[in-house]
Amino acid sequence: MAREIYQAIVDGILIGGVYALMAVGLTLIFGVLDIINIAQGILVVLGAYLSYGLAARLHIDLFVGLLITVPAMFVLGVAIQWSFIRPLRGRERTSMTLLVSYAIALIIEGILYEIAGPDVRNLNAWYVTSSIRIFGFYLAYIYLFGFVMAVVLVLALYVLLYRTRFGRSVRATMQDETAARLVGIDTNRVAALTFGIGVAVTAAGGMMFGATNGGFNPNSGYDLISRLLAIIILGGLGSIGGALAASVFMLTLQSLVDIWQPQWATAVFYAALVLVLLIRPTGFFGRAPVRAQ
Amino acid sequence: MTRAQGLRAAGVVAVLAAAVAFPQVFTNPAVTNYGVFAMIFVAVASAWNTFSGFSGYISLGHAVFFGSGAYAVGIAARGWHVGGDGVFGLMPLGAVVGALIAVPFGLVALRVRRHTFIVITIAMFFIFQLMAFNFSFTQGSSGLDAPFLSWNTQTFNNPFYYIALACAVGATALAWLVRRSRFGLQLRAIRDDEDRARGLGVHAMRVKLSAFVLSAAITGLVGGLWFYYIAQVEPQTGFDPLFDLFVVLMAFFGGLGTVSGPVLGALIIEPGQLYLTTVFTNAYLSEILLGALFLAVVLFMPRGVIPTSAEWITRLRTRGRPAVAPGPGSAAAAAPSPAEGAKT
Repeated sequence: MAREIYQAIVDGILIGGVYALMAVGLTLIFGVLDIINIAQGILVVLGAYLSYGLAARLHIDLFVGLLITVPAMFVLGVAIQWSFIRPLRGRERTSMTLLVSYAIALIIEGILYEIAGPDVRNLNAWYVTSSIRIFGFYLAYIYLFGFVMAVVLVLALYVLLYRTRFGRSVRATMQDETAARLVGIDTNRVAALTFGIGVAVTAAGGMMFGATNGGFNPNSGYDLISRLLAIIILGGLGSIGGALAASVFMLTLQSLVDIWQPQWATAVFYAALVLVLLIRPTGFFGRAPVRAQ
Repeated sequence: MTRAQGLRAAGVVAVLAAAVAFPQVFTNPAVTNYGVFAMIFVAVASAWNTFSGFSGYISLGHAVFFGSGAYAVGIAARGWHVGGDGVFGLMPLGAVVGALIAVPFGLVALRVRRHTFIVITIAMFFIFQLMAFNFSFTQGSSGLDAPFLSWNTQTFNNPFYYIALACAVGATALAWLVRRSRFGLQLRAIRDDEDRARGLGVHAMRVKLSAFVLSAAITGLVGGLWFYYIAQVEPQTGFDPLFDLFVVLMAFFGGLGTVSGPVLGALIIEPGQLYLTTVFTNAYLSEILLGALFLAVVLFMPRGVIPTSAEWITRLRTRGRPAVAPGPGSAAAAAPSPAEGAKT
């Protein structure tokens, strides 16, 4: 029993790292653009398919393939922001951006179905199938590699946000867009690049998702986006540290419940969200809105 | 009654008459099927709009009430061995269950605003879908079957159509009443600035919760009807994420917060979507088209068809005249202009 609990906690932390990677993109986009990108889930699935295509057709290693898919997803993100998100203004912007990103998700999902079909796919490589024995339990290498990659990427994001000039303008835009514009920050450019970065990390997240989720198809986006939303709300919208903490917390909780009640494991995810928000409506690390509308 | 009000009343009567005559004119069951679904969605979109459109709290969890209504009447019909025409007597149960679920749901979700509210409604939706999968009384993934109705296949849809029409008219009338009432004004005050509304003495929580429960009750009622019509409910059809999306799209397409907007949106989008899925046997292509339609609506008519076209009409009618009426004392003010005459 104790062994299972340890295993569940380790699993939760390792998979939590992968979710953190996807959730950070989402919360970053929220913080800067004040929108919830519903398409994030399907973009992760798209990232998984891109890795799948590169691996199956061109025999490119999953991790090496990221050198191609991450820039490609970045460009896609900038293009989406520039053509569909940027034109939206006005009072209904919150709900409209939600609908637009939902529409984008539908289109991408349809295209993926059209090209790849509904069959469930798996990303395969030697490190997905073979395991390593650590402290008495077995772990597929992919979890370790993925966790390391997630940590590296999140650190890189941290450096980008807190140690560069661009990062400072991103944080300034997150705090107060009008003031940021007044001090000479090109907030449109910041918004486009942030959206691009937020989408680019889904390429890495998608590769990990495809390799560890036990199969994916174009329909996987719905389940994924709802989990990611629960994570970023729990962590506090716009808080990067919160997204990290909430990912690890939620995934650990889920894998613990999975030991006893596997059919309820997913529900616990959302129930935890509801319970936490009852006590703390802004999530773990969220700031209270100055003047919510 | 002014001329504009008269025209509007005549329009409503004409639309109602057309709706009542519809299954008598088009007797083909394939066509009346479109009618039943359209009416079901008119009712749901109006109900959704009565809460979300007026209060600005966008709910992506109304499928919770729809599915719960469907399951409630399904379980009751099975447990009490109700068959034949008696099943329609159980429909109010759907409304009661929808309302009962909405109270705790609303008490939790309405504490938070904007994006967080939307996400909570999505979370609730997934919890309910999972419950439908996992509980034994909902019979898991196989779902529930409705009692068999041994009606003539040629006119099978008609009773459903008229009941759905009654629900649709009721929901729309309710939306109209709410919009005109003090209650509706409070809701819209909350939409525009909740803190200020509270400062002015609006009991925000009470008002929001009442609208939420009202909206949920209608959605649950219609969910029960939908269940009898398609004769079965499964967790993924009763609690369908696309349902929420469609309802929002309908209300947006027609015009959020207007009374006629969601009706128009449902009348166009639901048959359109059914038509697309029959024309394109390839469901994915219709999904892409739907997404593209969605994008087009939001980008080109961000405020919906009804408000945008009302703007266009006003612009057409006032073309060539100054945008602001000349002040008192000017020559134009003495004689009412044709535009003013048309308005009064």
